Amino acid sequence: MSEKPPLSVLDRPNSYIGRSVPRPNARRLLAGRGQYPTDMVLPRMVHVAFARSPFAHARIRSIDTEAARAAPGVVAVATGADIARLCKPWVGTLDHFAGMKSPPQYPLAMEKATWQGEPVVAVVAESRAEAEDALELLDIDYEELTPVTDPETALDPATPVIHEDLGDNLCFSSRVDAGDVDAAFADADLVVEEEFHFPRHTGVTLEPRVITADYDPSEERLTAYHGSQTPYQMQDVYARHLGLAEENVRVLCKDLGGAFGIKLHVHGEEMTTCALSMMLGRPVKWVADRLESFVSDIHARDHRVRARMAVTAEGRIVGFDVDDLTGVGPYSVFPRTSAVEGNQVIKLVGAPYAIEHYRAALKVVLQNKNVMSQYRAVGHPIAFAVTESLVDKAAAELDMDPVAIRRANYVPDDAYPYKTASGMAYEQLSLQQSLDRLVEFIDYEGLRREQAQLREKGVYRGIGLGTFVEITAPGAAFYGVGGARISAQDGCSMKLEPSGRVQLAISINELGQGTETIVAQVAATELGVSMEDIRVTTGDTGSTPYGGAAWASRAAAIGSEATVRAARALRENILEVAGAVLQEAPADLDIRDGQIVGRESGEERLSVAEVGRVGYFRPDTLPPDFHPQLSVVRHYAPQGLPFAFTNGIHASYVEVDVETGGVTLLKHWVVEDCGRVLNPKLVEEQARGGVAQGIGMALFEECLYSEEGQLTNASLADYLVPLSSELPDIHVTHVETPTQYSEIGAKGAGEAGTAASPGAIMNAVNDALRPLGARVSAMPMTPERILTALGRI
Amino acid sequence: MKAARFDYIRPRTVQEVLDHLAEHGDEAKVIAGGQSLVPTMNVRLAAPAVLIDINHVEELSGIEADKGTLRIGALTRHAEIAASETVAAHAPLLSMAAPWIAHEAIRNRGTFGGSLATADPASEWPACATVLDATIHLVSARGTRQVAAGDFFQGVYETAIEPDELLTHVEIPAIGEGYRAGFSEFARRKGDYASVGVAVQGRVGASGAIGRLLKRGEGRLHDLRIAFFGVAARPMLATAAAAALEEQPLDESTLKAAQEALPTDFTPMEDLYMSSAAKAHLARVLLGRVMTTLYHGEGR
Amino acid sequence: MEPIHEITLTVDGEQTTRRVTARRSLADFLREDLGLTGTHVGCEQGVCGACTVRFNGEQIRACLMFAVQADGARVDTVEGLTETGDLTRLQEAFHRNNALQCGFCTPGMLIAASDLLIRNPDPDREEIRAGLSGNYCRCTGYHAIVDAVAEAAQNGKEAEQ
Repeated sequence: MSEKPPLSVLDRPNSYIGRSVPRPNARRLLAGRGQYPTDMVLPRMVHVAFARSPFAHARIRSIDTEAARAAPGVVAVATGADIARLCKPWVGTLDHFAGMKSPPQYPLAMEKATWQGEPVVAVVAESRAEAEDALELLDIDYEELTPVTDPETALDPATPVIHEDLGDNLCFSSRVDAGDVDAAFADADLVVEEEFHFPRHTGVTLEPRVITADYDPSEERLTAYHGSQTPYQMQDVYARHLGLAEENVRVLCKDLGGAFGIKLHVHGEEMTTCALSMMLGRPVKWVADRLESFVSDIHARDHRVRARMAVTAEGRIVGFDVDDLTGVGPYSVFPRTSAVEGNQVIKLVGAPYAIEHYRAALKVVLQNKNVMSQYRAVGHPIAFAVTESLVDKAAAELDMDPVAIRRANYVPDDAYPYKTASGMAYEQLSLQQSLDRLVEFIDYEGLRREQAQLREKGVYRGIGLGTFVEITAPGAAFYGVGGARISAQDGCSMKLEPSGRVQLAISINELGQGTETIVAQVAATELGVSMEDIRVTTGDTGSTPYGGAAWASRAAAIGSEATVRAARALRENILEVAGAVLQEAPADLDIRDGQIVGRESGEERLSVAEVGRVGYFRPDTLPPDFHPQLSVVRHYAPQGLPFAFTNGIHASYVEVDVETGGVTLLKHWVVEDCGRVLNPKLVEEQARGGVAQGIGMALFEECLYSEEGQLTNASLADYLVPLSSELPDIHVTHVETPTQYSEIGAKGAGEAGTAASPGAIMNAVNDALRPLGARVSAMPMTPERILTALGRI
Repeated sequence: MKAARFDYIRPRTVQEVLDHLAEHGDEAKVIAGGQSLVPTMNVRLAAPAVLIDINHVEELSGIEADKGTLRIGALTRHAEIAASETVAAHAPLLSMAAPWIAHEAIRNRGTFGGSLATADPASEWPACATVLDATIHLVSARGTRQVAAGDFFQGVYETAIEPDELLTHVEIPAIGEGYRAGFSEFARRKGDYASVGVAVQGRVGASGAIGRLLKRGEGRLHDLRIAFFGVAARPMLATAAAAALEEQPLDESTLKAAQEALPTDFTPMEDLYMSSAAKAHLARVLLGRVMTTLYHGEGR
Repeated sequence: MEPIHEITLTVDGEQTTRRVTARRSLADFLREDLGLTGTHVGCEQGVCGACTVRFNGEQIRACLMFAVQADGARVDTVEGLTETGDLTRLQEAFHRNNALQCGFCTPGMLIAASDLLIRNPDPDREEIRAGLSGNYCRCTGYHAIVDAVAEAAQNGKEAEQ
């Protein structure tokens, strides 16, 4: 008998793994034939629009809906109390965040409105325009209350308490304390410190949040065509909060116009839309307009960080001391909370460096502003902007090169497994190797020479580095252990069609990151067929296995592992049928290029299509009691450590116009190590898109609030996202350190671009400004802030 | 959001437009390119009961030059101005400014007259019209009148146009021999409204007719008109700064004098992203830059 | 009752007559009345570029025009331009370069890019960036889009020769 089949998908012939295969599903998007949730139309569909609180904090004295109900086309008008009869409130806390508090949140405001833009009344009409006409006829009597809009004073006794039942405005606090921080700082030769400001910004998905809820009372079934990156989580939420049987709730989302962490939270508008569909027994659609997006999509960040770093005269970093105050909305967002962001900041500061002494304190305070929660690279950009900025500051004071100080202080590549002072366990990182790669990739020495030459001509250019360590592909440690019903595992099913082609359905959904492509690459490789023979379905809780879907960079790391297991099982089952047909041992057979071949000889014996034909149409020709199993499903939960840490480093090259305070990004580079690279092009595109969002944070984006809690730039004209002319070319290269905990060894890649780009750019700007004695530590680094730092204004 | 309901009228002649304006008064709104009006309608900040669409009134379009005057019809699109050789020859300032206006798709639709009538204080055309001393032609059932650009812009989105009037065209004196134009603006992103912008026209050469003959006073600035935008409720003519440069060669000290005269001309109003002090600083910087390129002839 | 206007226009080469309210935007008309959902709506303010279509041959924002204004006009959308092959070279280059992720900006981006290549068949990277500066993409960071447009321009030049 021949030896056993290869153990790993990595040993398969004709592998697609590691190849930049173009995305098959991109063709329909290019032809304008995408099927986005905003495109959904159903018979008898009506449209909902929301009246929103014009005040940041107000008591709702009365609501008169009579005129609105009588308006042309109006089908229904519902207040908070009406919706609360159908939908239970939710509480955005997690059990493992000790002491965390947040009040029950209802889909529409009840007695009080707690942020400007909070939905208060829903109007349903035949058309969206008519629903908006009727909004103008509502008479809502508000009593304005003093808003809480400054995190610094949110806990002062003089500040009003937003939710009296909570006692104060503190949502969550936490501390990390390792080593002897006080002694380390007392002994240090140099202490660098800084106060940093990272204001609110938001995701600005091009397709806004959207849902069409279709409730069928005859079967008590709810079908939600919801622009969601987590359909299974939403199936659970809709079932529990609307009192429906879970199996009677189906959430679908085929194409999705951007997510970035914005579309996995529970917002009141979607819950209300589902409740309205139940109330009316007909489909109800809601599409956020851009103004609604700005005042109701979760916002992100909002940190004031005071941090200091202790260093020896030789440039050895010995400790960090960090204080993060983060302001969130009036509610912690359900079900992921508004505390993970800050919690990650206090875990991740200093993460790339081998330090013993670490202290960090976090306070998360409630405010009368839009809700705040996880957005791409949760906490990372804050942590690494703080860390890398302090590292550069120390390097400058010690007259060390930024590369040298990093090389001397990184957790060495031979030091793994490694546990950080803040308690994170690293399997294997490649910080030193990545730095070496970057120095070569960007021609660091050449850039420094160019910078020096231009500086003599009065041109101020700067080079900034930004290292990151990234949390990806979490298991249950993030949410499950805290009691949240968010799946930590994912599932893949595969079915052989009689034609020999394959239907694959997976719980990881497609956001444009390329899920459908990489799982087809993995499945085709393991199965031994062409990628073109695999049709992938995602984004439907009714026809795919249950799973976590797309969040925290899990598609490649977890989805590919579920896929390889399903593909292997299907291959084995196909070979069993083939063995029966050929009267040979299945172990002596294999599948290559869609053909059953002799495992040793490679000789073609039978097509997979023939197996399909026999298996489905002529089982009578098979041995008695042999039942072909040509559909399989396999699940995979991340193994080993709680998170798959990745790492990498960015470099930013900028020119600052010191007269106008304008910053021109000349180039940006990323060296990233996400473990096994399944499709280099797709990883590069994740990095680039992430960098662009980091650039937004560093230089452009800010949700501007007045003292009264009014968002003053809630339009795409006033909220500045960077576009093609503002962004530089972004060059990406890979270092591959596969995780040993999984078969393929892929880790996540979705946050790497955002995690370190703001810090790298801040360092580049400060590098450019250093000869002039100026320094910026608040983002976005606007002309105003740079001119102020330069003393020009 | 969707626009509030309105009635739509599509006249073919100026007379029809005027009849409708006379009938509906300030209930009505004229739509040309709609690139500023429709965004405000789409958030219901504007909700006219009647929309009078002038896009099919052919007599409102076109660019002509005659006897030292450039005539631009109100309905002329930004893209047409950007591409026009007639404009480049007679009012090069407009050719310089056009690419700064928004983006191609907007420039294809937005109109010269619409931009002037909208009078966004951070937009390019009002400042250019002010520098060029354009004459704005208005017509109503009551008759026609001309308003100098300097009097036309009155505040944020406020102009001399009465509710029953239509802006038909603009007349601009063609640029004279020896005159040069300069344009510069600072915006956070390409195509955004300016944080601060400046438009300039003037002559570099000798003083007076005899001076020109004798080449006396060669290399001095004359007849400068400088307008800033994005700094106040309307385009601001920097007359004090211009006076500081008049009859002077551009050197470090004259430029400094002009920059220091700017606070006499205006104190900028802040916007969402920029303080008055930052705008004042940027105005000084832009003045230096635009004058330097104009003086050295790089502007044409 | 809200007044209704009957309009006749040519969309993607096909003449069509419909009854619309005056306030129906051209973008909503294409999507909801004609079912041409390739034209997307991202801001209704003319800023994001997702609704970019060709109007009488020139790119415009379909959210800043009312359908009633398009009476008698010719409108071309991504669907029609795909069928005529006007976008093929760009679409192929976008596909090869993965110049799209979620794809929501893509129809508008393709129309802006094709307009750019008509005006300037041989743009450099900076000119490509300037030509696309009115079209918002949140996913890609634009690098791959610039690559794709440059490649399409190059292929176009080679095809001419």
